[in-house]
Amino acid sequence: MSQQSSTIGSEVTWSAEGAAVNTADANAAGSAGAYPGASEPPHLSVRNLHVHVGGNHILKNINIDIPNKGITSFIGPSGCGKTTLLKTLNRLLDRQKGVVVKGAVLVDGVNIYDKEVEVTDMRKKMGLLSQRPFPLPMSIFDNIAYGPRIHGIKKKKQLEEIVEYYLRATHLWEEVKDRLNQSAAALSIGQQQRLCLARGLAVEPEIILGDEPTSALDPVSTQRIEELFLQLKDKYTLILVTHILRQARRLSDTIVFLYMGEIIEYGPAEDVLLHPREKLTQEYVKGFIS
Amino acid sequence: MSHLRIATGAPGTAGPGLGSARQSNRRRRKLEAGMAKGLMLTCTGIITGSLLLILWSIVSKGLPSLSWEMITSIPGGGFYIGKGGGILNAIIGSIYISLGSVALALLVSVPVVLYINAYAQSHSVLVNFTRLVFDVLFGIPSIVYGAFGFTLMVALGLRASLWAGILTVALMVIPILTRAMDEVFKLAPPELSDATYSLGATRWETAKVLLRQSVSGIVTAILLSFGRAIGDAATVLFTAGYTDSIPTSLGQPAATLPLAIFFQLGSPIAEVRNRAYAAAVILTVIVLIISLAGKYFGKRLSRYKV
Ligand SMILES: Nc1ncnc2c1ncn2[C@@H]1O[C@H](COP(=O)(O)OP(=O)(O)OP(=O)(O)O)[C@@H](O)[C@H]1O
Ligand SMILES: [Mg+2]
Repeated sequence: MSQQSSTIGSEVTWSAEGAAVNTADANAAGSAGAYPGASEPPHLSVRNLHVHVGGNHILKNINIDIPNKGITSFIGPSGCGKTTLLKTLNRLLDRQKGVVVKGAVLVDGVNIYDKEVEVTDMRKKMGLLSQRPFPLPMSIFDNIAYGPRIHGIKKKKQLEEIVEYYLRATHLWEEVKDRLNQSAAALSIGQQQRLCLARGLAVEPEIILGDEPTSALDPVSTQRIEELFLQLKDKYTLILVTHILRQARRLSDTIVFLYMGEIIEYGPAEDVLLHPREKLTQEYVKGFIS
Repeated sequence: MSHLRIATGAPGTAGPGLGSARQSNRRRRKLEAGMAKGLMLTCTGIITGSLLLILWSIVSKGLPSLSWEMITSIPGGGFYIGKGGGILNAIIGSIYISLGSVALALLVSVPVVLYINAYAQSHSVLVNFTRLVFDVLFGIPSIVYGAFGFTLMVALGLRASLWAGILTVALMVIPILTRAMDEVFKLAPPELSDATYSLGATRWETAKVLLRQSVSGIVTAILLSFGRAIGDAATVLFTAGYTDSIPTSLGQPAATLPLAIFFQLGSPIAEVRNRAYAAAVILTVIVLIISLAGKYFGKRLSRYKV
């Protein structure tokens, strides 16, 4: 195992029953510069993370520092724990029964598994794009306005501005401006994924999590989403899961290679993809394990 | 890393021993498909046939006795022996009881269903136990609910009344409504709540989105319950009682259509028996209208469903 951070700043035990035991000061683990290719403090860090689902040890001692802004991709063979890791980052995973998460996930230095952390505020900071787009059961307009509304924006004028702004940002405005009141479910799959991205951006997150966000899309829609990601990476921290090595290469600044629940290697995309140090990474990159 | 090498022969000859077994296998599969199809058609035929037969017997006997007087007046001179009048008392009573009981049941069922689907951790002990309880309650015959209501009334020294009927029917309807709505909520894709939670929604806000997603199914569930409520005789037999007049307060007894059929069908007087058939037609028509209306509204309400 190369490149793993040696900083062990905190140890937090959290179980599905809601008992959180903070064994060290989580906020102390700022560990600037301990991760590859960055000089400012990480936006998100994972510390000694272990995940058990129904008795199976699914993630083993994960330590990563994800730089502020830019695109970090999780790659690895099917079943290695990419989705699981992504879902621990905004605490969607521990809603499920039988899930035990140990360790810490620090966002801007704050451990989100701390009891005091307001889960809804924390999740608002992170947008999620799922594998298949899931519009909310409402109109196109209401899909985008949903987030701003629940966070307190009531004025119609202001909501209209927000909706237009984010639909433009995701290049969807021209396609849907005449049918904002129609069901979002009627859009094409590619349009739906851009709608979901716009919906996520409208709550002004800092981090965007994407679990194979292009896997249900056709090549043209995939390209549009990829272009969007490249535009967004100057303003947001993007964390993507992908199966496609070429996509990882086109998009990523940092790559994390997972194998059977462990991080084998992580670092700048060039290094991991072109000059992997570990034997497993070499084999995966050459296409021997998939 | 193991590599599975697939032999690259002509298509169809790759695996061992498939060629020889094919011929007889094809015949067996064809026979199986034919038999399955035959069975399905027979069963569908039997069901549709009996439904038509039931409808025919109700309509052919009930329609001739259905008149304006029948649906606008109460029985003249007693429901068992009086020849004149109609069954307005039973129509009104049935509508009061079924509307009241379904509304009451909704007040209980919606929170329960939202709790087990949006609030509690899925498959937790409490959720599984709640589902089990409703499964058991669902299976209890309606006469038991009737007897339970009656026992309670006796213990409290109450007499048969509209509200005792409403309460008892509501008890019977709650498990039906809860189970039907639960099935609908379970169908909602888990990604939907992932999406709302990721936007920073609370559980209650997520529950509201689930409610929107499930609204057409909820309408169907309500109709199903309404059909059961308006058609059940055993629950109202002891609790709502029977009367010739239209109740003007919740404390008075109320007549119902199923009991109008039950009591009047046994009468030796032909005119009274006709009232029973008319009641059956009206009951059928009400249920029909309700389900058609429900289909229509369900469709309109589900236009945003994903
Ligand atoms: N609810 C669960 N119960 C038991 N095991 C689970 C559960 N969810 C995931 N797992 C297991 O955890 C491991 C990691 O799953 P995960 O979905 O994170 O993989 P992945 O890397 O995203 O795979 P893919 O590329 O196929 O999406 C798998 O072995 C899977 O079987
Ligand atoms: Mg996955």
